[in-house]
Amino acid sequence: MTTMVQAIRMALHVGEERHGVTDIFGEDVGAPLGGVFTQTQGLRTAWNSPLDERGIVGAAIGLALAGSRPVAEIQFCDYAFNTIDLLKLAGAMHWSSNGDWNCPMVVMTPVGAGIHGSIYHSHSFDAQATRLAGWKIVMPSNPRDAYGLLLSAIIDPNPVLFMAPKALLRQKANNDSEEVPGVPSDERELSKMIDAPLGDRTKWKPRWPDTPDLLIPIGKARMDRAGNDVTVVTYGRHVHVCRKAAEELATEGIDVELIDMRSLHPYDWDAISSSIKKTHRVVFVNEDTDITNFGEHLLRRTIDELFYELHAPPKVLAGKHLPGVGLADNLEKGSVPQLDDITNAIRTSARHEP
Amino acid sequence: MRSRYNGVPRMTTIISKVRNGAEESLKPELLLQMHDLMRKARVLEERLIRMQKQGDGYFWIGGPGEEAFSVPLGLLTHKGEGPQYDYLHLHYRASGTMLALGADPVDALRQMKSTASDPYSGGRNFASHYSVRKWNVVPVSSPIEVQYAMAPGTALAQRRHGGTGITIVTGGDAGTAEGDFATCLIWSARKGSELPMLIIVTNNQYGISTPYDGQHGEKRIADRGAAFGIRTLTIDGNDPETSYRAIKQAMDYVRKERKPFLLEAMVSRLYGHSSSSGANYIEGEADGLKLFEDKLIARKLLTKERADELNAKYTEELLEASKRVRDEAPPAPEDIWKHVFAEQSVVGGSSGNKGAR
Repeated sequence: MTTMVQAIRMALHVGEERHGVTDIFGEDVGAPLGGVFTQTQGLRTAWNSPLDERGIVGAAIGLALAGSRPVAEIQFCDYAFNTIDLLKLAGAMHWSSNGDWNCPMVVMTPVGAGIHGSIYHSHSFDAQATRLAGWKIVMPSNPRDAYGLLLSAIIDPNPVLFMAPKALLRQKANNDSEEVPGVPSDERELSKMIDAPLGDRTKWKPRWPDTPDLLIPIGKARMDRAGNDVTVVTYGRHVHVCRKAAEELATEGIDVELIDMRSLHPYDWDAISSSIKKTHRVVFVNEDTDITNFGEHLLRRTIDELFYELHAPPKVLAGKHLPGVGLADNLEKGSVPQLDDITNAIRTSARHEP
Repeated sequence: MRSRYNGVPRMTTIISKVRNGAEESLKPELLLQMHDLMRKARVLEERLIRMQKQGDGYFWIGGPGEEAFSVPLGLLTHKGEGPQYDYLHLHYRASGTMLALGADPVDALRQMKSTASDPYSGGRNFASHYSVRKWNVVPVSSPIEVQYAMAPGTALAQRRHGGTGITIVTGGDAGTAEGDFATCLIWSARKGSELPMLIIVTNNQYGISTPYDGQHGEKRIADRGAAFGIRTLTIDGNDPETSYRAIKQAMDYVRKERKPFLLEAMVSRLYGHSSSSGANYIEGEADGLKLFEDKLIARKLLTKERADELNAKYTEELLEASKRVRDEAPPAPEDIWKHVFAEQSVVGGSSGNKGAR
């Protein structure tokens, strides 16, 4: 089974071969390393930039304006905070020029906790990202979605932020529905083809499998699990945690409907609202800090538009409002929603008597 | 000469000699063309200031005092769309450059009046915030540094494209304190990946109210290029002949060598920072237009009468235009939703890399 980093690599390869990607760049993105998570190994147009996030985002904007197709990486989203006004600028390019210019660029960045990344490798960027009007924001939860969303991001004429949950980067597809189409069924064979060897890589060249133009539409959610009792809306790595919670709760007779948003903006309100109208109960789950959290927006809209549909208080379950995610296992677990927290929140919602 | 702020002495050290062709005289037609455009730009700025003061605009910011530099810059730019032409990442004091490129000054009035017909932003942005894709004029934005971070991107595309197109980026002295200026120097001078960029600082020695001297230890901003092996020059930007020659020399180098050049032009700021500081004419700053006009009259290339006629003609034309613009429709409230997202890609120019559509 394919890992998410392999899926990202294959999408970038298809991007540079078939969709005009001219530059895949950022810190340690080019040879010899090919990305700190190996996501850009063996790519023809990958190159190393100075260690300068503002320069990276600025160069991506300029390249896009000059008709190139850049995919820039911020090594960890924790280091994107000092690029916020350049991200704003990219998002404003089309609107501020009243439609004269557009800015077709992709920024990729790993997000979130779950790998014991300490204070500066565990941030989430959801709330900041969704405040960047003019950007499309996507976050996959499995290799297939990473592949298809990244290709859609590359083709889109607007700036698109591709946030990869870093705890999922090395995880394999769980089943065929999460698999990238066209890859060899033997994962060792795929690894031999596209994973750079340890040691000297100067003579290594990848052999790319023939993978198709799978374009997963930006703005469309994925129904991960259909159910009738409680709607759970999440994205990224918490899709997997929420799925486990749903499986546990099924043994108690609670039937969870799980929505993987895939796109944070534009987002699939039709999918969310029609599910809430069916279950009348909703829990929004993410790991970003909980004050002015993206889930709060979804909760506000739920109250604005679906108040009389609700049979239980809608709930946002998010990370604690802390300056960082602490390194020690207990600190990390205490900072971001864990399986038990999610199970409890869904159970409480399901058992609430209106 | 003393500044009007805090009695801090103005920096008076000026100007390395422009090499190669410093003595070569420019043709009289060119001198008169530059004078004409400088006058037009000055009248435009004064009309914009007047419009704002009369309530026909919310805010003025612009470039009176930079015409002797900004006009020759526009005249020497290779205008067109796509990487084979020059990209312009301008700051908000560049109306002289825009007029020299051939912009209609009435469009600047439209932007001041925030009309729907404003071709630069449809009533969304301040005066002097130009954007013209067909001429590679990247949208001007109010932060004073971001253009220095973006410019390496268009230059990267041009390095790959080949040809003679270059990237031109302009900003003020105060903005060079931002990290984006360092970004510009670092990205343009990477060994083996040098970029065809003309990096310009128009140094008026102020950031709003704060004088240069108290904030900068470097004697000249251009000196910062030396650490990166970037060729540099500091000039008297109040003299259009010096400016023209220096810009030409710098551009020739960048076009041919495909390497960066850092050009610092000492300029004036004749009406202060913006309408927020009153936008009144400031005595004691060198007025490049007046100095140039006197020089042309002394050389008998121009008469006082002809100069006055030109002033009166542009003043009358733009006054009348400002009255017409007053009646043009504002954007509709629902227009806020237009162009949040692009439906298709339009950037790149006719022979640029189109990428995926």
